[in-house]
Order: sequence, then C-alpha cells, then structure tokens
Amino acid sequence: MIADTLSGGFADAPTQSARAFRAILEAMARPGTIHTVTAAQPPAPLSVAAGVALLTLCDGTTPLHLAGTVDRAEVRDWVAFHTGAPLVAAEEAAFALGRWEALAPVNRFRIGQPDYPDRSATLIVEMDRLTNHGPALTGPGIEIATWLNLPETAGFRANRALFPLGFDTIFTCGDRIAALPRSTRVEAV
Amino acid sequence: MIEDQTAARKGWMSLLAKAPPDRLAALLPDLPDHALLRSPESGSVMVRGRIGASGGPFNLGEMTVTRCSVRMGCGTVGHAWVQGRDKSHARRAAVVDALMQTEAAAGLRASVLDLLAAEAEQARTIRAAKAAATKVDFFTMVRGEDA
Repeated sequence: MIADTLSGGFADAPTQSARAFRAILEAMARPGTIHTVTAAQPPAPLSVAAGVALLTLCDGTTPLHLAGTVDRAEVRDWVAFHTGAPLVAAEEAAFALGRWEALAPVNRFRIGQPDYPDRSATLIVEMDRLTNHGPALTGPGIEIATWLNLPETAGFRANRALFPLGFDTIFTCGDRIAALPRSTRVEAV
Repeated sequence: MIEDQTAARKGWMSLLAKAPPDRLAALLPDLPDHALLRSPESGSVMVRGRIGASGGPFNLGEMTVTRCSVRMGCGTVGHAWVQGRDKSHARRAAVVDALMQTEAAAGLRASVLDLLAAEAEQARTIRAAKAAATKVDFFTMVRGEDA
C-alpha cells in the first residue's frame, strides 16, 4: 500500500518534466489542440495526464485543491511524496484537480486581482473523453477556430467575460491533455 | 516499539548522511538490485537551531543536501538525505537504509555502520582534543570588597 503512493513519479525528472512542460505549454498556447504526455503512473482514479500535470506544475509553493472522488488517501500521499504541494480549500488553491461536476461551483476559485491577474487558479479537469468535436473556440493562439468537447459552455463564457481576470483550465483524459486559457472565446450553444 | 525503531533508524540515517562518501563507497562497493522511487536530486535546506538564550528558532544558514528514495526487490523502501551533492552517496545511503530494515541488518551493522560510527567518534575526539589544547583558563583576581 505504501509502495503504490511512492512509485509512479518521473524516473528521469529533468528530461521528462521538460517534455511534459513543453506539451502543457503548447496546449495552453494553442487552445483546443490535444497533446499526448507520458511518464507518470499516478494512483487511481487519476489519469496519466493529470499525474503528469501535477508533477510538472506543482511544488511546495503551489497550494492544491483535490475535489470530489480524487480526494482520497492514496492521491494525497502521492501528491505529498512527489510534489510536496500543500492541500487547501478551493478558495486558496493555485491548482485544483477533479471532475468538472466536483469542481463546481467554479466561481469559488481565485481569479486574480486587477493589478495581479496571475494570482489565479488553474483547474485540471478530468474528462471521460477528449475530442475535437464540440463548441467552437476562437481567440489568441487559434488561427480560425478549433473545437473541443467542453463539459459546459456557460461557465467558460462567464470566465471569458472576467478577462483579464479568470481561471485557466487544463483538460486531461488518459494520456492526453488540452487546455482552455481565460483568453479563449467559447461559442454559445 | 515504533519509537525504538524510529530512534534506531534516525541513528543510522544520521550516520550515513554525515559519512564521507568515499569511505561509504569503499565499505560498500556493490549495491544489490533496487528501483529508484525518487532519483537522486540535490537542493538546499535551511538549517535552523536554537541559538539564542530564549530558545527561539534561528536560521543558521543554508546547506546543500542530496536526497534519494529507493525500493529493493523485496519491497522495502529506503530514504536518504545526505550532505553535499554526491548522488552516488545519496543512493548508497538509501539502499543501506532499506537493507537495515531487512534480515541483512545485523551483518550490515557490523561491516559498515559500526566502522563508520567508530571513525566518526575518532574524528570527533581528535577535533575535541585539538580544541582542548587551545583552552585558556582565566582566573578572577580577588576583588577588594569581597575580602
């Protein structure tokens, strides 16, 4: 039982975390594109991509909120051993992990301040599937339009209205990852 | 029982952390098979102490440490935090920590840990003797009002 929470980190951290960071950066810079990441084996129910995102982005200075079914002892121990990120309530979190239903209501997360819009939360949303079919996305980083199966549109449209404040979102499913920064406009459906 | 184990483990982890890397490598040249849970990585930690008379914590300074975690074939997990930036030292210390929790403990204690402890004690004694040689005894003159 102990061994499960201790294994599954990056075996070759400098290379693997750099590759993972590049994939996350690409996903965030080109909203709606789906990238494949590897090299983490987090305990269930976390997906590989969610594990990679945690290992790459979280450390002792980034408070993390675990929402819903991912908030279990194995996951907490795994996060503690591999990242050292403190676990906090949603209102104080720099990162939040969970399914979209568990993260709701999303207006409790930090959106930054007018003079420090970077002091906002990044939501890592676990999805059952991740495809390029769904509401159209337009905005910075998108040439004409991309499509992504978002869990809902109203929440993301409300978040876009807060720009330059707001949260950023990373979607994970299996070993695939996509992102929706606050700057992206989501089509109303 | 748990406290006894923790105290003993603290003892050998401390000994391994402060042991000279070359000496540990000489005593234990070959490591058994193991998997890395956390590959050796170096960083710095703030060393704190209770220096002032009031006993409040004081930041003494930063030091470089290297940490490593391993799992042996039998499933035993070993951790190490050693001083300096020698990655093989951290790995070797983590393996010894894991082996000390198995049946190999008695043999390892005799062949490695007791030697390291004796050498550390000897080094401490020599240093204390050198320091003692420079000791100056002051004496206070009898002051007028006490006489």
